[in-house]
Amino acid sequence: MEEKVVFARPSLLTDAPFHYCPGCTHGIVHRLIAEVLGELNVSRENVIGIAPVGCAVFAYDYFDCDMTEAAHGRAPAVATGIKRVHPDKVVFSYQGDGDLACIGAAETIHAAARNENITIIFINNGIFGMTGGQMAPTTLLGQYSTTCQDGRDPVLNGYPVHVCEMLSQLKGPQYIERVSTHDAANVLKAKKAIKKAFQYQLEGKGFSMIEVLVACPTNWKMTPVKALEHIKNEVIPYFPLGVYKDRG
Amino acid sequence: MARVIFNTDRCKGCGLCVTACPKQIVHINGDKVNAIGYNPAEVSEMDKCIGCAMCATMCPDCVIEVRR
Ligand SMILES: Cc1ncc(C[n+]2csc(CCOP(=O)(O)OP(=O)(O)O)c2C)c(N)n1
Ligand code: SF4
Ligand code: SF4
Repeated sequence: MEEKVVFARPSLLTDAPFHYCPGCTHGIVHRLIAEVLGELNVSRENVIGIAPVGCAVFAYDYFDCDMTEAAHGRAPAVATGIKRVHPDKVVFSYQGDGDLACIGAAETIHAAARNENITIIFINNGIFGMTGGQMAPTTLLGQYSTTCQDGRDPVLNGYPVHVCEMLSQLKGPQYIERVSTHDAANVLKAKKAIKKAFQYQLEGKGFSMIEVLVACPTNWKMTPVKALEHIKNEVIPYFPLGVYKDRG
Repeated sequence: MARVIFNTDRCKGCGLCVTACPKQIVHINGDKVNAIGYNPAEVSEMDKCIGCAMCATMCPDCVIEVRR
């Protein structure tokens, strides 16, 4: 029988090596986006991505399609503009929790409320990775960061923000789901969710956001394997996986 | 016959493929250092590989190609 390639780097990724730390699962999510768009037969000429400020700032080097860079948190506004001018293109933003849920909270909420026909890939790693591990809106209670060194204290630092739960209360958005990258089965579920989000956009159904739980071994100060266990045991109980809204 | 091919000089030695493999045949070679300074992952007994691509699914750096 002839040997077949059953898994390879998807063609929507350039050949550039990712700069991410060892075991950082940002790379898995990049790959899933590229795989899914390939499977949906969306050619590179028909996708426009928006990179965030954060560790994924160089995403424009990794996707082999048109990409732009937005000011911190402004990706949903930039995506709105691009999609309205190019309604025939698939438009996605790729944003961290500091970018999307902190400085860009307003842009996120209003893009969802308007049911803009865009897809947001929201990376929740519970920390500001790029700037060296400061507290994010998603940092867990008790979790160490450089700006809450005794662990996040709700009295001093407030409570973590649940973005899926919040946005699903709005009438606007089409599809909101939270998925994870802590093992292969969940990565495959994440892929399915991302595919559905892009499918809805292609059908003109409106706003989709997939929140992906991602490991930041460096700033969590864990080995990559321990960081995935941490997602399973500590992060998921606080940020439950599942579909928060799906208008079908 | 299934097999996996590592783009070894892209590997960051994170070990996520090691824990993902149901056949437990992927390991980190502590005696080898690749072009970017990490101990890379490799497979010892390739004949046990079932080509399930679990290792490749978990690799954050697209190091692994799977053939079957
Ligand atoms: C207007 C502005 N404010 C602050 C910063 C500093 N800054 C750069 S990245 C970042 C947060 C990144 O965290 P996150 O969005 O969670 O992404 P990650 O790096 O964890 O992937 C901040 C506050 C900036 N670049 N611009
Ligand atoms: S600092 Fe964290 S989020 Fe940034 S590349 Fe490293 S592991 Fe990934
Ligand atoms: S998951 Fe990828 S980068 Fe990590 S050790 Fe395995 S092959 Fe290397």
